[in-house]
Amino acid sequence: MIKVNNRPFPHEKGMTVRDVLEANKFTYEGLIIRVNDQLVEDRDHIIQDGDDVKVIHICQGG
Amino acid sequence: MDHKLELKQLKQFSYERKPIERGYNNRTLYVNVSDQEIKEKPVTEEMKEKFVGGKGFGMKLLWDGTRPDTKWNDPENEIIISPGPVAGITQYPGSGKSLVVSISPATDLPIDSNVGGYFGPYVKFSGFDALEVQGKADREVIVYIDGNEGSVSIDQIAVDTDDAHLISEILTEHYAKDEDDKRNISVVSSGSAAKNSYMGVLNFSFYDPRRQVPRMKQAGRGGIGTVLADKNIKALVVRFAGTKGDLNNSYDYDKVARTGLKLHREIERLDDSLFRMRQVGTANITDTMDKYDLLPVMNFQYGSHEDAKKVYANEFRDNYLTQGFPDGCWYGCSLACAKTADNFELLTGPYKGHKVTVDGPEYENVAGLGANLGIFDPQYVLEANFYCDTYGIDTISFATATAFAMECYERGLINQEHTGGLELKFGNKDAALELLHQMSRNEGIGVQVGRGVRRMKEYFAKEFGADPVLMQDIGMEIKGLEYSEYMPKESLAQQGGYAMANKGPQHDEAWLIFMDMVNNQIPTFADKAEALHYFPIFRTWFGLAGFCKLPWNDIFPENNKYQEEAHKIPEHVQNYVNLFSAVTGKEIDMKELILQSERVYNFQRTFNVRRGYGRRKDDMPPYRSLGPVTKEEYESRAERYDGQLKELFDVDPATMSVSEKIKMMREHREKQYDTLADAVYKRRGWSADGVPTVEHLQEIGMDLPEVLAVAEENQ
Repeated sequence: MIKVNNRPFPHEKGMTVRDVLEANKFTYEGLIIRVNDQLVEDRDHIIQDGDDVKVIHICQGG
Repeated sequence: MDHKLELKQLKQFSYERKPIERGYNNRTLYVNVSDQEIKEKPVTEEMKEKFVGGKGFGMKLLWDGTRPDTKWNDPENEIIISPGPVAGITQYPGSGKSLVVSISPATDLPIDSNVGGYFGPYVKFSGFDALEVQGKADREVIVYIDGNEGSVSIDQIAVDTDDAHLISEILTEHYAKDEDDKRNISVVSSGSAAKNSYMGVLNFSFYDPRRQVPRMKQAGRGGIGTVLADKNIKALVVRFAGTKGDLNNSYDYDKVARTGLKLHREIERLDDSLFRMRQVGTANITDTMDKYDLLPVMNFQYGSHEDAKKVYANEFRDNYLTQGFPDGCWYGCSLACAKTADNFELLTGPYKGHKVTVDGPEYENVAGLGANLGIFDPQYVLEANFYCDTYGIDTISFATATAFAMECYERGLINQEHTGGLELKFGNKDAALELLHQMSRNEGIGVQVGRGVRRMKEYFAKEFGADPVLMQDIGMEIKGLEYSEYMPKESLAQQGGYAMANKGPQHDEAWLIFMDMVNNQIPTFADKAEALHYFPIFRTWFGLAGFCKLPWNDIFPENNKYQEEAHKIPEHVQNYVNLFSAVTGKEIDMKELILQSERVYNFQRTFNVRRGYGRRKDDMPPYRSLGPVTKEEYESRAERYDGQLKELFDVDPATMSVSEKIKMMREHREKQYDTLADAVYKRRGWSADGVPTVEHLQEIGMDLPEVLAVAEENQ
């Protein structure tokens, strides 16, 4: 199990940042991704079981 | 066509032209159309200190000019247009905004509405930090400011139309000295439906020499166009020739230019890969809202729709928008979100067959006129957009009010007999357009829709026996103002952002849906309260200084991702600090920027209190804003809601009826909202009933005796 935005999310072996975004339908352009508080820019970064993933959408509306 | 019309000047006032001093003229212009008094009023240092400009000046002048019981259609109600001390610079994107303030026919509260176009900056360059209009003319008049001649007049001209696209064209032609001078004219007008409704807009024109047509931006919210029409003012017109980049006589021009250049480069590098404001404008978020279940569909029942793709941004870009180049509503704005469909042929109404220029669509128009009415047709969206503008109708209020009427119709609360034969079903674009035309003609059910959701609820209950309880739940208004076009149902913070906004549920105070619902960045009540303190206060500042919100966070620099509070876009906030200091010569920091804004924000809340509102009861949202009212709504998100019930109450939703689940969910969510209000009021320095405390007003420096007196009397 990992955490995505402080919510539990099932972990799969070999799962990448891209997989997490797709599974959560995070399609927004302005994303900042941090894994265990470290900025991650590579969408192919492998997520380990227990990781804390934060996907920050910057939008503040119209 | 020769539009030089016969003019009768009823009153003329000459004034001495002076250069702007570091962003301020240090005087405002007062025009009373009842007794035709025209005069200058001084702007004191205290006024600048406490109110900054823009909306701050507007609120201050409105407070002084009205009584606590002044109604929107009393002669002493005012319309104040103020651009702010930084407005009019051409070096930084989004620096041409004005704020318009009045007592709203929709809410009976002071309303503020921000708008682009040239009028505000031209008034400023003409020598005034605000235009304050009061009174009610006994015949239709035009207020004309010639900033080059140093002249203000009240004119009588027979303009044989009430529709804004024609008024703008005719008066631009009339007041311009020649073809080249047209770009120096800006016209403010409402429209034929503004006077028949409570949702009239002010159209602010800006002449487009490439298209040879005046285009328009709208001060949309709260019915200020209705007030203009009630005052018997056909238009406000300003002429100023000589716009250039340094008219503000900034304290540090180089710093202004450097700060601007940095953002221009950022936009050039990044806009195409971020939000494509230059390509498709604010409509870029239609796609995002649909994908994130946040697009209001069929009166905010649902958050997405399988046909929504038909009104995605690229559909407009590829099939309707014609300019093919970045386009803005004030000089020097490289974010350039303005979009235009040229030679657009109208299919209905009095201008059927005409080929017109349509400015738009903004996101709100696509979401409101389209998705929220269940109509996914870009041609219709543009046509409704055009008619809303030229009739002087707020697209947001029209959309949300029509969505409500359609749901009432579909649920059998009203029927075809009540609607005069109109089949007000979701998806019926002909019916939606006919409502607009009825508003213009002042006839039929369109008149009731034009009065807005709050009054429709009363009217439908009284005249048609419609269920008031259900209408209260599904009628998306607070304080008498219709919700703007975002789904707040799954974000407690956004529910508060809408409901506790001073003027009513408009998202320009706070848009926290991603921070709250998606990012889960503000999980506790204290976190949400902090966000509902910071963001409304910060965003209020744009309207004090003269800025557009969009260049703050619809673009952000590459290094923003390294910032601890990335969602605040700290580098851009620092830009605003730098610009304010560089223009005015008054050194501020981020803390002082927030304090400037907090003073005006609390003044406005106290203004509400002074008028008998501004209490907790006035911040209560309809349940549709908080959660699922109907079985269909619950079932559309059944997995999510069932999961929440299981987690919160340890129940087995499979053993419960949908009605039982809705009831349990409702009790929980209403309690959550109430707890949020407690936290927010406390963080904002307000009493448990939502009134700013005397101590807090003193602490932030909003300590004018008349303000403290209202707070003290109402604790």
